[in-house]
Amino acid sequence: MVRSGPAGGSGTLPGMRAYLLSRLGQTLLVVFLSLTAVFFLVRLGGDPVLLFLPMDIQAKDLNEFRERLGFNDPVAVQYGRFIGRALHGDFGESLRYKNDALQLVLGRLPATLSLALAALLLTFCVAVPVGVLSAVRRGSLFDLLGMTGAVLGQAVPGFWLGLMMIYLFSVRLGWLPTGGMGSALHFVMPCVVLASFYAARMARLTRSSVLDTLNEEFVLTARAKGLAERVVIGKHTLKNSAIPIVTLAGLDTGQLLGGAVITETIFAWPGLGRLTVQALLNRDFPVVLAAVFVFSVTYTLINFAVDLLYGWLDPRTRPQRE
Amino acid sequence: MRVFVGRHGRGVVGLLIATLVLLAAVAAPILVQDPVQTDFAAGLKPPGTPGHPLGTDQLGRDLLARVLYGARVALFIGLCCVLLTALVGGVLGLLAGFFEGWMGAVLMRIADVQLSFPFILLALTINAIVGLGLRNIIVSLSVAGWVVYARVVRGEVLSVKQRDFVHAAQALGVGRARVLFRHVLPNVAPSIVIVASLQFAQFIVAEAAISFLGFGVQPPTPAWGSMLSESRDYLYVAWWLAAFPGAALAFTALGINLVGDWLRDVLDPRFRV
Repeated sequence: MVRSGPAGGSGTLPGMRAYLLSRLGQTLLVVFLSLTAVFFLVRLGGDPVLLFLPMDIQAKDLNEFRERLGFNDPVAVQYGRFIGRALHGDFGESLRYKNDALQLVLGRLPATLSLALAALLLTFCVAVPVGVLSAVRRGSLFDLLGMTGAVLGQAVPGFWLGLMMIYLFSVRLGWLPTGGMGSALHFVMPCVVLASFYAARMARLTRSSVLDTLNEEFVLTARAKGLAERVVIGKHTLKNSAIPIVTLAGLDTGQLLGGAVITETIFAWPGLGRLTVQALLNRDFPVVLAAVFVFSVTYTLINFAVDLLYGWLDPRTRPQRE
Repeated sequence: MRVFVGRHGRGVVGLLIATLVLLAAVAAPILVQDPVQTDFAAGLKPPGTPGHPLGTDQLGRDLLARVLYGARVALFIGLCCVLLTALVGGVLGLLAGFFEGWMGAVLMRIADVQLSFPFILLALTINAIVGLGLRNIIVSLSVAGWVVYARVVRGEVLSVKQRDFVHAAQALGVGRARVLFRHVLPNVAPSIVIVASLQFAQFIVAEAAISFLGFGVQPPTPAWGSMLSESRDYLYVAWWLAAFPGAALAFTALGINLVGDWLRDVLDPRFRV
């Protein structure tokens, strides 16, 4: 928190660079360690070759197949080769689709990101107004209903909500498609299902965060000055309540990627999560490893973006030169 | 939370729900018939059928029996995971916070890496690799979940260590083990209880989600997740197969969450989310 003399303004630049570099280092470490962990877990999990060949295969053919895929080499050699290729973005061919694994995974990324983004938007648009209104009108009927809904929303598992929505809106009423991707209508159910849990938690956090801020002295001052309630809430309270909300949103954006695994499977959404589940079920390890790579890179990038957002919201948290 | 009946209202409701689920789980063998007994002549009967209050599934198995036995599976898995992770994560966090050596630093780096991956995806990946079944799902969820305790407990220990009574005990020449167990641990215990209660529901829902995706607990074991997974094929003709196991899961999660929230409010107001 100590600014470095009068040149403090320009002093943030080297500080920022060091900060960016250390974040980059962290990202690389996370990606490297997660790839390593999954590589060795996969090798512990049995022989993937056996699952991909017909039952009546000759031992000679089996060995040839193994040799071709490099499964006969020592594990250390396989690991070295794997990391070397991974650095070039080469995770091998999908055992099932016969395409380049990373291309396959990246091809599915936009579908997942658009779903996660839509869900995040929905979360914000529902949770923040509900949370703020509940706090401002504490003890009202709106507060009671909003918070009861939030407690329920946190308890109802998304995949069950999804099944029940499919039954109601697709099977019974025929309003919405049961799954797949295409029109805006296809977005409705996956988006609601994915957002439900996070919106519930965020509404509760927003409420308690706004309640805390409303007790601060600067809010009293603002009111004493005779500012309109709209300004007191909109300007003085909201921006100061935002830090915990942004923290949670940041944590949740990563978790949304995890939640997408389940949502995509229910609604046959052609995204990364569904591809990962199928790859795990089929023991298609090049795809699993490429997916882990893309997930961990995306996740750390999101966390990084959240950190930058903090700096904007609260100048005290900006990186300083020591 | 004055909107509910007083300060302890939610806790009372939560405890009631949790007790009800626990009773159902314990008394299932007395209350209902065999959950894996098939009767092909009585397949897909709707709720209200004589002898089958919640109906039957595609193999004619009694749905009420399967839902009640499902509570046993869910609570057993949740309890095992919470105990395992609290023990392992708690001890590691305690040691990492108390001794602050390089091993603690390495442990926290591992925790960072693990937390940089969505929990459900991590548990799913581990489960897909180590294999299916009841024991392996407990192992997978615990391996994915211990870091939360390690993090929270370490943070608490670091702050408790700076308190005057710890310094006083050390100045009086009290041994390190005694300081750790008599002075630090009791002050960290509330956090462990809070995290455990909040993680409990998360483990149960995560297990159901993983079983729903086709991993985890396998049929014919009556787990709510795999029952929901099977129900998808019959959604057009038998809504009750999806409705009741999911409702039981949501009800259980609600009860445990309410108890957890209440414990947190009572024991430590700093943890509000």
